[in-house]
Amino acid sequence: MGKTLAEKIWAEHIVRAADGEPDLLYIDLHLIHEVTSPQAFDGLRLAGRTVRRPELTIATEDHNVPTLNIDKPIADPVSKLQVDTLRANCAEFGVRIHSLGDKDQGVVHVVGPQLGLTQPGMTIVCGDSHTSTHGAFGALAFGIGTSEVEHVLATQTLPLARPKTMAINVEGSLKTGVTSKDIILAIIAKIGTGGGQGYVIEYRGSAIRALSMESRMTVCNMSIEAGARAGLIAPDQTTFDYIKGKPHAPEDFDAAVKYWSTLYTDSDAQFDVEVNLNADDLEPFVTWGTNPGQGASLSSNVPNPADITDPEARGAAERALVYMGLEAGTPLKKIAIDTVFLGSCTNGRIEDLRAAAEVVKGKKIASTLRMLVVPGSARVRLEAEAEGLDKVFIDAGAEWRNAGCSMCLGMNPDQLAVGERSASTSNRNFEGRQGKGGRTHLVSPLVAAATALRGTLSSPADL
Amino acid sequence: MEKFIKHTGTAVPLRRSNVDTDQIIPAVYLKRVTRSGFEDGLFSAWRNDPQFVLNKAEYKAGTILVAGVDFGTGSSREHAVWALQNYGFKAVISSRFADIFRGNSLKGGLLTVIIEQSDVEALWAAIEANPATSVSVDLETRTVSYNNVVLPFAIDDYTRWRLMEGLDDIGLTFKNADSIDSFEKSRTTLKPATLPIRG
Repeated sequence: MGKTLAEKIWAEHIVRAADGEPDLLYIDLHLIHEVTSPQAFDGLRLAGRTVRRPELTIATEDHNVPTLNIDKPIADPVSKLQVDTLRANCAEFGVRIHSLGDKDQGVVHVVGPQLGLTQPGMTIVCGDSHTSTHGAFGALAFGIGTSEVEHVLATQTLPLARPKTMAINVEGSLKTGVTSKDIILAIIAKIGTGGGQGYVIEYRGSAIRALSMESRMTVCNMSIEAGARAGLIAPDQTTFDYIKGKPHAPEDFDAAVKYWSTLYTDSDAQFDVEVNLNADDLEPFVTWGTNPGQGASLSSNVPNPADITDPEARGAAERALVYMGLEAGTPLKKIAIDTVFLGSCTNGRIEDLRAAAEVVKGKKIASTLRMLVVPGSARVRLEAEAEGLDKVFIDAGAEWRNAGCSMCLGMNPDQLAVGERSASTSNRNFEGRQGKGGRTHLVSPLVAAATALRGTLSSPADL
Repeated sequence: MEKFIKHTGTAVPLRRSNVDTDQIIPAVYLKRVTRSGFEDGLFSAWRNDPQFVLNKAEYKAGTILVAGVDFGTGSSREHAVWALQNYGFKAVISSRFADIFRGNSLKGGLLTVIIEQSDVEALWAAIEANPATSVSVDLETRTVSYNNVVLPFAIDDYTRWRLMEGLDDIGLTFKNADSIDSFEKSRTTLKPATLPIRG
């Protein structure tokens, strides 16, 4: 029997396999940031260990950094200590770092691909659950905890139990105004936040193949919101073209393409589970609740928990509506928004900024809200500025910021106030995720832009 | 790491599903560079509510958390495990855990035990009827027991052995350093390196 793509990559990285033990897997690239690494470096020091392969390791500063006044010292002393600790650790252990002010500083999952360090067939880890983003290149990429960060630093390997495989087939073609963000939100709503638990997802089908690399990253990025540690897409010409010319693209590009072209699921391979989704039917999708599975088409209404048969899901929906301050039956398009956030490892790349800029160009955002535009990396910011996108957003009344995780998580100065409601292109609508008491609706960049103009959840078709 | 063989204590019923790691410990608490002191951030958004289960006197001494389905979803932050441990929890029982959280907990010696949802419901009812109910989590026999109830749970042999011996993964992997050396010798040169810096 043939192998799935995930199984092929797994098999190529087995350092040691023994009955009754997890496989020891080699890690090709380890991405590091300030939040989940300090205790790991401490562990190395305590045990007198070194970083085994600094040249397979790279660090940047993203979660805990401000997006304003980055030329000044970080104001919060606790945040500053954490960032300084990363810098000191990288200096001590010889790890490459891109700090605030550097053109390759940014959200760690934007930085790897833009440098060409994310390539097909690799194993990639990071102490961040959205590492699944890199799966868009046909890599096996997943988030790890700090103990595992220390393990990879010390050994360049990880002991891991073999995951099961799930195929999600998305056939058909997307209507205008429908994006890869809508695909993944619809998938999560369909299989639930636990649906992918224990699986590596492979996204397949004509609608996936038609996506650009950056749109594929958006899909893979949110695999973890469906419970799957990793999600990937077989590499193709779109992938190869994207990598070509990037700083760390292979020198022998033809040889690399030859190898990458072997990375697909064999026709006789069996997935443990298959899920199908029709792209033709999809509409812009938004969340109404407090987990990413609580979503619906933008044209529908806030659901009535009483209509939900599963008692757990019903209880969760009841609690979510209370937290979100929503009434069942309210049209989603009537929900007024206070803050629009465009950015994050989900939707902070140049294509996302271009798509949103196209919508707001020459118009003004509603006077009732603020809009934050946060490029995923300094390089994305520079590219956008070269295209004049910064002016488009500023002229529309939005704030143009420096790169970082920003409002995706309530850790740096960019946060929602208690009761404030956002339309956010990020990945999590958990209670308090964007700041204590903040209320989040997850949306695509197109919906974010249209919402900014109208003041209520909207798609460009509503303009 | 401390050995885990058997733990007996009282339990805390957390009747909520989909408790994500942002609820277990919000991001604002993740700025510290140590592994300790995270107990103040545990479930912090709910701790102001006097009716929240951890604020009730009868559950103050609890060392086993009994949670709803899909506990620990979301972020990979191991701080969630540290917060639970720093607070005093030795084990968490649920009918389903998120993968990364479960991996982190078992690396760090916080035993995560999976039982059927109907058994979780029965355990909640028993604890609420008598918060002083003694609950045992026994890794040796792979059982949870309370009153006259004995519930078997599954855990793979390797993880069980590692927890019962109190072994850390890095030490175990170093015993196979030869395998890593030989893997690296045969590794393809097509893979990228971060150093030297290009472009």
